[in-house]
Amino acid sequence: MEKLLEVDGLQVAFKTHGGPIQAVRGVSFTLHKGETIAIVGESGCGKSVTAKSIMRLIPEHIGKIVGGKMLFQGKDLAQLPEKEMREMRGSQISMIFQDAMTSLNPTISIGEQIMEGIIRHQKVPRSEAKRQATEILQLVGIANPESRLKQYLHQFSGGMRQRIMIAIALVCKPAILIADEPTTALDVTIQAQIIELFQTIQRKTGVSIIMITHDLGVVAKIADRVNVMYAGKVVESGPVREIFYNPQHPYTKGLLSSMPRLDADRNIPLSPIPGTPPDLFAPPAGCAFAARCEYALEVCRAHQPEETQLGSKHVVSCWLQDPRAKKLTTAQQSPTGT
Amino acid sequence: MQKKPLVQVKNLTKTFHLGKGMSLKAADQVSFEIYEGETLGLVGESGCGKSTTGRTIIGLYQPTSGEVIFDGLNVHQASGQERSKLTRNMQMIFQDPYASLNPRMNISEIISEGMALNGLYKGKERAERVIELLEMVGLQKEHAHRFPHEFSGGQRQRIGIARALAVNPRFIIADEPISALDVSVQAQVVNLMKNLQREQKLTYLFIAHDLAMVKHISDRIGVMYLGNLVEMTESEQLYEKPLHPYTQALLSAIPVPDPDLEKSRERMIIEGDVPSPIDPPSGCVFRTRCPVAKEVCAQQKPAWQEVEKNHFVACHIYQ
Repeated sequence: MEKLLEVDGLQVAFKTHGGPIQAVRGVSFTLHKGETIAIVGESGCGKSVTAKSIMRLIPEHIGKIVGGKMLFQGKDLAQLPEKEMREMRGSQISMIFQDAMTSLNPTISIGEQIMEGIIRHQKVPRSEAKRQATEILQLVGIANPESRLKQYLHQFSGGMRQRIMIAIALVCKPAILIADEPTTALDVTIQAQIIELFQTIQRKTGVSIIMITHDLGVVAKIADRVNVMYAGKVVESGPVREIFYNPQHPYTKGLLSSMPRLDADRNIPLSPIPGTPPDLFAPPAGCAFAARCEYALEVCRAHQPEETQLGSKHVVSCWLQDPRAKKLTTAQQSPTGT
Repeated sequence: MQKKPLVQVKNLTKTFHLGKGMSLKAADQVSFEIYEGETLGLVGESGCGKSTTGRTIIGLYQPTSGEVIFDGLNVHQASGQERSKLTRNMQMIFQDPYASLNPRMNISEIISEGMALNGLYKGKERAERVIELLEMVGLQKEHAHRFPHEFSGGQRQRIGIARALAVNPRFIIADEPISALDVSVQAQVVNLMKNLQREQKLTYLFIAHDLAMVKHISDRIGVMYLGNLVEMTESEQLYEKPLHPYTQALLSAIPVPDPDLEKSRERMIIEGDVPSPIDPPSGCVFRTRCPVAKEVCAQQKPAWQEVEKNHFVACHIYQ
């Protein structure tokens, strides 16, 4: 498969009153043409910051890309001048957010908001922009697109607003669509509709999708490959089946076993991960997960684990993979923490 | 399990008046019982009336009609001694662990406020009780003099639970107690709630939209849609044999963390959005999105009936 975007060692730091904070601490992944990758993790793990950095949406006075490369079409997005980046946003790489109500403008008709990108990037007359806007609304499943173009955001329901945001993102036929928790604010029946829409759109346009989410159900449904993030790093990555059926990092295992399943016996208690994520103002010297990890060794607290390649595309950063570490059986049930 | 109803909800209706003659029926003729020692789950999408139902049961809202009986006492008519007996026995845990704790009070003050109001535990005993409660919910005694901002979301939710337990209640309403928490922390809080239920013989009304979590914690589950209770039965039965088309759609819409299963699953996707509760559809409120709606569904509201033993449903297909 053709490589579309290569993120290599991305580091992002924020300036805060409490001092600098390393939100992303060396993230690497590759996105291929036509595939969907998921970035999963809990709040504060750096998944949204990673996404925003690809779009270069973090204001310079707040946070900065302090290291790494993001190669797209032979250019490094981390170094690209703002003027060139502006040409890129919307036409080559687009992004949608969790909350349409705060991401779109309530005082401008949705038609104008969709056409804005078309006119900006394609330099076509309004009549042509309007034709394209109508077409894209139809594609995202909005009935009577011509009359709805004149309406405003408050006249749409939550699910419809999300469809409009997807329409705006896709109207200039970008190569990459970044979706940051696009279904989190929606009810499950509407979430199912939107996920279905993502899949239809990908089939029709071949767009590559980066899906940022904390919902492992959504990941199982939509992703080809998964990157699991913890405390600003990717701790495990691999094809979706590998991550769900053969997870190797204790954090990935912990996430999977702490979720209840509809088809599980409810008398078996859930296995939560004890404790809370580390303070990124003072990240631990060793593996960031060590303090919560039931398998942690002495080395884990002192040194960062290296990446270990398992099989063709499954990569995990954990000291347990070191040949000197005791082997764990995958079937081992983790004891219940509190 | 002994089948003694602790809470009886009878034809509970709550209408909010919105001005300009408009009104919103948030809960419409809702009836059910909660048995002593069980966990009853209440699920549904936003705006279905599950929180309104919970808040009306505990007396935060006056019902428009209908009544709630707690252990023989009418919740909305009790006064004096009966009233204080009710407040001691019914407690609530809220969704937002940030908004539901007063930032200017320390943890000891937050937890002991209920005891003070009810005149329980005096002086030194009260301080000891605070420490006992903190340890019960997995916190330490050093935490008693700290303030809410020093705690994480999961820890704050534990404080909320300790506050609810302070007055030795028999019944706790938990309104989306884990939805604001991260996945790994959700399981910590749910396990804690289950353990406390066993130790303290508590009865729970667990309100949430996450059906997998509700199924895990509940003995029975009620499903609400647009102010109406549409189905109620034991949680295994609800999952294995959902009768109402809405319950079927809801179960089918939840993505399962299992890629192979997800790829092979036949999904029933219901079209459209939930209609406005200000102007709900006539007859059955679900008919506008129901794949099997008939003519009668627009004309008559389906009756709430027991179709199988302990399996209640309001749908014309089963009438």
